[in-house]
Amino acid sequence: MSTPEIIINDSELVEPPVINPGRRRSEWLMTLSEAWRMGRTRIGVGIFGAIVLLAVVGPWVAPYSPTEFVAPPFSPPDIPKMWLGSDYIGHDVLTRVLYGGRTVILLSLAATVIGLAMGVTLGLITGYARRWIDETVMRILDVVLAFPQIVLTLLFVSILGPKLWLIVLMVGISHAPRIARVTRAATLEVAQRDFVHAAEAFGIARWKILFNEILPSITSPVLVEFGLRLTYSIGLIAALSFLGFGMQPPAADWGLMINENRIGIIIQPWPVFVPVLLIGILTIGTNLIADGLGRALVGIERDTGVG
Amino acid sequence: METTITEGTGTAPAREAVLSVEGLRIVLDPSGVDIDDDVSLVIHRGEVLGLVGESASGKTTVGTSLLDYQRRGAKIAGGSVEIDGRDVLAMDPATLRSIRGAAISYVPQDSSASLNPALRIGKQLIEILEVHGFGASAADREARLAQMMAEVLLPSDKAFLRRYPHQLSGGQQQRVAIAMAFANRPKVIVLDEPTTALDVTTQAHVLDTVRDLTKSYGVAALYITHDLAVVSSLADRIAVMYAGKVVEVGTRDELFDDGHHPYTRKLLASIPDITGERALRGIPGWAPRPGQRPSGCSFTPRCDWAVDKCREAFPPAEDVSPGHRVRCWRYKEVGAHRVADAIHLRDKSLSARETQEHEVISVRDVTAYYQHKETLHGINAVLSERQCLSLVGESGSGKTTLARCIAGLHPHKIVGDIELAGKPLARDARDRPRATRQSIQYIFQSPYSSLNPRKTIAQILSQPLKVFFDLSRNEMEDRMVKVLEQVALDSSLLSRYPDQLSGGERQRLAIARGLAAEPTVLICDEVTSWLDVSVQAAIIELLAALQRDMGLSMLFVTHNLALVRSISQEVAVMNDGRIVEYGLVDAVLEDPQADYTKKLLSDTPTV
Repeated sequence: MSTPEIIINDSELVEPPVINPGRRRSEWLMTLSEAWRMGRTRIGVGIFGAIVLLAVVGPWVAPYSPTEFVAPPFSPPDIPKMWLGSDYIGHDVLTRVLYGGRTVILLSLAATVIGLAMGVTLGLITGYARRWIDETVMRILDVVLAFPQIVLTLLFVSILGPKLWLIVLMVGISHAPRIARVTRAATLEVAQRDFVHAAEAFGIARWKILFNEILPSITSPVLVEFGLRLTYSIGLIAALSFLGFGMQPPAADWGLMINENRIGIIIQPWPVFVPVLLIGILTIGTNLIADGLGRALVGIERDTGVG
Repeated sequence: METTITEGTGTAPAREAVLSVEGLRIVLDPSGVDIDDDVSLVIHRGEVLGLVGESASGKTTVGTSLLDYQRRGAKIAGGSVEIDGRDVLAMDPATLRSIRGAAISYVPQDSSASLNPALRIGKQLIEILEVHGFGASAADREARLAQMMAEVLLPSDKAFLRRYPHQLSGGQQQRVAIAMAFANRPKVIVLDEPTTALDVTTQAHVLDTVRDLTKSYGVAALYITHDLAVVSSLADRIAVMYAGKVVEVGTRDELFDDGHHPYTRKLLASIPDITGERALRGIPGWAPRPGQRPSGCSFTPRCDWAVDKCREAFPPAEDVSPGHRVRCWRYKEVGAHRVADAIHLRDKSLSARETQEHEVISVRDVTAYYQHKETLHGINAVLSERQCLSLVGESGSGKTTLARCIAGLHPHKIVGDIELAGKPLARDARDRPRATRQSIQYIFQSPYSSLNPRKTIAQILSQPLKVFFDLSRNEMEDRMVKVLEQVALDSSLLSRYPDQLSGGERQRLAIARGLAAEPTVLICDEVTSWLDVSVQAAIIELLAALQRDMGLSMLFVTHNLALVRSISQEVAVMNDGRIVEYGLVDAVLEDPQADYTKKLLSDTPTV
């Protein structure tokens, strides 16, 4: 039997069609850079960055201690001694504003990360397993979904007491079904691709298929969901503080400040107004980022118009 | 209607040119890199011009530019497209709209994407007539609609016209798209691979329809394809495109029997030969994409005839004979070689079955279900050691289902026995012992879907190595380099990602991943159906060599009967979930017994 000549090596003949030679950007990085090209994302990042900077650097530049009594309650601003006046028991408002951002931002981030971890895991499992696991888990999540997020959190916080870890956990849990739905939808599509079947045929463990094969392909929708849920977390955490379930006095916290000082809003509006403004601006910032990511994901290149 | 126009394929100069393209140049926007350059074509009344080339040769771009349409990122930078003497490229948008779908129409590759899924087909067909003011009254249009449906051999009753596109088969959808294109009796029609997604039987119908309609209406048709076999029976003249330029144009016979460009000849050699006389020869490498084309003649890196001159400048168009033009510096020398002499004969011993070997895979009375529907009915088949069995059938025949049942990838009910070397196989690959999973490797149809786009080639190849072997890092790397060598890929690719490879390279990589497991059985599921004919030939050569050299048993699933001679010893023809004919390749192809096999054979396009 004659042996026909062996196939010529392609790669010697023509340079392969290289896109980005040498270096490779993964999907979520591409979504990020796509989003970064939009004005709205940059403004959002600017706003978010400024507020985070304020919260991080604040305590170092604050003129007083947050628990120090510097003036009679509800004193009006006295520049340069007290830029924003004093609050309901005579603390310096500027100092408390500079201290009060950390908790909101940290707790929101923590809650979002917890929600993301749970939601993505559940979404991957239900999207890949399908059949009864999918049905069961998704129906349970529907029940969770039926409760407004704040009601669900309040329910547990009022039973178990206003503990910070509980608030973070509950806000995270209340995010999980929404994140799970998005993840599941993305997983369903990817799980149909042949590279997943190839891994199955090799007999690779299911959890490895979920996290090594499928997850890297769905990072973009997850990233968008992260931005969106962060916005909700900030609102929720601030609301819970306002309701008195978050940080407890005498701690400085924006949500708490609004509650503490609302009785004096007529004579001294600053301790209410400034935290409200900052929380508002912060959510606008995260929302712009989420919006930019979302648009990058669906491929809307221009950031003009309604889309 | 004029039915007697242009009988035969003679080159009577008296024929009127309907479409003439002159010096067309299309570039990427904004980089200005050429997609197509210096494309000049003429199509006469009632003539079909086949535009043939591999992926990325710019043929579709030429096709859409005839309607002055460019996809995003491309723009027409020069040249003219004249229909009956009017330059399409110079028209204002309103005029352009009025001629699109009327004087010139387009049939896309995927008709399911071109039909509006929310509108009944009758409505869509009437709409195209209304928009262009066809006929004087609604009754005229109704009459034309009935006529159109008859022309494309579809029923024209109310019930059928009230269907939505998704209620039609792929072939029916494509015929509706063709009816739509011919609706306003256009002067020019552009068909962009309209049969690629179709079964051979349906393809034969569609080709017949196109041929009859162009002749009877005197339409000038441009038929774009990567498969010379498809246009061999359809086109009067053929233009071969390579890297954005027309390298040879001539009548069908001139190109097939007396091609003067090395590329034309190589394309011909890559067409599977159903008669089994000719060996399949792939074209190494691939057509370079815009921006990566070498200077001088772009074909130089793949050309056996290349000399220094070829690297310096692109050759001008030369007349071989009136109407037969070629762009090659050495066309005279190439032409002096008779095509017949250049043909490699197939080594017939390859398809002869070696002595009766052990059964490796045996399938006994297997019935499989898709959810609750029975899709395979009592299948019996045997794959012997060191043999290749081809499983041939159209879509829906159950060939892939059978292959997946064997691979343990069929997620629904299976009744009957599938055995590997006498031991029954579990339904689900996960429930099979490691050694079993290792012995059976499956190569998927689409290399675009079977390779994880987020992993490097090293990571992809390491998968089977990690699961089946206990190797050190260095041993692993050596194995990877070895399997890449086996599929003729360079080991420098290890750190690359799949989207940095061409389609053919991806499929080689998928094969390498299978080989890395050191299997005894290789199941190839339509592995070439996503590839150009030239690349297909190279992959078939590779698989045949691997099977022989490594002593693999191979199950080769395909819809293309013409391929089986080049790779297998035995063939099973499947239809409707049953094996209708089973035997040695030469016997089945030379003397088919089942009517279905005979039909498949007659519908398979050949050269």
